Amino acid sequence: MRFTPNMTPYLNGFPPESLQISSIDTIPEPPLNENYPFNKELQQVLYGKQILLENLLNPLNEIHQHFENGYISYRKGITKTKVKTVCARCGNKERSLFASFPCARCGEKECTYCRKCIMMGRVSECTPLFSWCGPEPVHERKEHPLVWAGTLSPGQQVASDQVKQAVIENKELLVWAVCGAGKTEVLFEGINAALAFGKRVCIATPRTDVVLELGPRLKAVFPGIQVAVLYGGSEDRHTQAPLTIATTHQLLRFYKAFDTVILDEVDAFPYTADESLQYAVRQSRKETSSMIYLTATPSQNWQNECHSGKRNFVTIPARYHRHPLPVPSFKWCGNWENSLKKDKLPSAVSQWIKKRLDNQKQCLLFFPKIDKMEKVLTILRKTYPKIQAVHAEDPDRKDKVQMMRNKEIPMLLTTTILERGVTFPNIDVAVLGAEDRIFTESALVQIAGRVGRSAQFPSGDITFFHYGKTGSMVKAQKQIIKMNTEAKKKGLIDY
Amino acid sequence: MSAVSWTTLWSRPKENHLCQTCIDKLPFIKGDTCSKCSRPFSIQDPQFRKADLCTDCLRWNQNPGWSGMFEKNISIFMYDDFMKETIARYKFRGDYIFAKAFSPFIREKLKTVEFDYLVPIPLSPQRLYERGFNQSAALIYEAGFTVMELLQRIHSEKQSKKSRFDRIHLNQVFEPLNLNIENRKIILIDDIYTTGSTLYHAAKVLKEGGAASVSSVTLARG
Repeated sequence: MRFTPNMTPYLNGFPPESLQISSIDTIPEPPLNENYPFNKELQQVLYGKQILLENLLNPLNEIHQHFENGYISYRKGITKTKVKTVCARCGNKERSLFASFPCARCGEKECTYCRKCIMMGRVSECTPLFSWCGPEPVHERKEHPLVWAGTLSPGQQVASDQVKQAVIENKELLVWAVCGAGKTEVLFEGINAALAFGKRVCIATPRTDVVLELGPRLKAVFPGIQVAVLYGGSEDRHTQAPLTIATTHQLLRFYKAFDTVILDEVDAFPYTADESLQYAVRQSRKETSSMIYLTATPSQNWQNECHSGKRNFVTIPARYHRHPLPVPSFKWCGNWENSLKKDKLPSAVSQWIKKRLDNQKQCLLFFPKIDKMEKVLTILRKTYPKIQAVHAEDPDRKDKVQMMRNKEIPMLLTTTILERGVTFPNIDVAVLGAEDRIFTESALVQIAGRVGRSAQFPSGDITFFHYGKTGSMVKAQKQIIKMNTEAKKKGLIDY
Repeated sequence: MSAVSWTTLWSRPKENHLCQTCIDKLPFIKGDTCSKCSRPFSIQDPQFRKADLCTDCLRWNQNPGWSGMFEKNISIFMYDDFMKETIARYKFRGDYIFAKAFSPFIREKLKTVEFDYLVPIPLSPQRLYERGFNQSAALIYEAGFTVMELLQRIHSEKQSKKSRFDRIHLNQVFEPLNLNIENRKIILIDDIYTTGSTLYHAAKVLKEGGAASVSSVTLARG
């Protein structure tokens, strides 16, 4: 598509003075004509979104009329200066993730496009992003949509009050809650308040399985509210819901949409590793909005900001069942990689495993690398044929986790893929090669957090087998001890 | 080590779009294949082989309306899951850079055959606008050759939504553009050879327009 200088769009038969949208210096923003009979369906589709023409069913002249009357905005999909190229949808600036081609849509020999977000439809120099800039669609308000009979622990209550306040005052807040504290319930009052004010709320998380778990839980406690559940491949397209639960990837479709964004597992992959997801979260917020971060394991940087008073935060230092967090113990196991080469496990490790399996206690063993894990699997299977191993690419991942839940297998070997999210009621956990770089402080705290989660089995063993203690191991242990001390001081644990 | 000169230091390095991991995943067609359509016999039930032809090609040859219309197809890769994903990203998502990534392989293949014109399988104007480029023409262009547009589509309905029977028995889908191809050797370029229907139909139009021979080079044998 090309535009004439007065912004008339052409799909073909381009007039000579027409340009790609990226070559237009400033795109005019016509003032809102309040008497214009705008199309409400278009408002529903476009409000809070950034959408490509091919995703709109309306004819171009209708869209353009809305632009001329100040209801729709056009933005450049790609902005290009002499020094850098940026994708406006995903924020990509990486030179190697742009390419160009002779484009049949605009007729240019070199039309640059973004390869980073191409799976959501190609954004190139001739691609406008369409958004709604007219009035917000009105939706029904409910005074108290929350229907929940549960009660909060004292620790949860403190956090819940602060979340509510941040939502009302459009502030930022970090909720630093230990693994198994019951984070989700802490959000209910805040979401309730937001919805009562007619605000749009989004709970975003990097992980699809978390979206799938939260969806039904929130639908159950907000029965009168439409909840949109969005993840790669989801069917939910009625996206103007007051409450949206989405993967951070899905937020790339949103633009200035939410009054409250709650970001769960801020420290989880791929959110931390992928700048475009952080960009997506920023873009999805309204200019005035609240932002709640949830995590059990904030980064070192954030921890420092908390302690120096630069970041507004609240902790939930204890689990809802009022037992302390199991503290990891360190066990040196020598050059375990060398032992594996000789088809042997370090004796400390094999004893740990034997003790558990003899007593029929299920256990999880974490590894830094897949090939090492496979090696250990062959060694262990000689004695314990039912043991299984999982990693991210494993097509049977879900089945194996289910087998573990059903207690069909005594032990599961895993990479960091199971470091968070999964709950097995009564297990011991160990890490082999805890010195590896992949085991960051937060990974180790999360792994330790797998132990003792249920109220019936609130304790368990967590051991880090290592060939040289690392700073991350020490910090992880310290963090856990500190949370237990804080919880005891606040009277949040009984045992 | 090869000799180092000032040109090695200062000239632009050869563009390389694929990493070794991806190169290793490319399913090059190797071993015995159907001499007409490049179908690898190794992954085929032997009952579908008759001498050096596959039974599909035999059927095309035995049909008086089609025999002699199409010389042969040369495919470079098998259409396995990796290629399916790659080609889908290339043509349906419109990630044009794959045309550059495939260009050395196309160039290499074209060195082994004689031709006067390289002709892409055309897209309908709507589809061309949707994709932003013609994936077959891009393969020719990025390999450094001249694209000869000699055909256009009469009407369009997605090929992949039709059955084999429909594809083969459908009336002509192409019509000639400015044909001056008397006695020319023509190579059609397309991304995938599946049933051969598209290529046979295109070949027929060109043969009837006077071409000496029509064959094809395709990225993958479906």
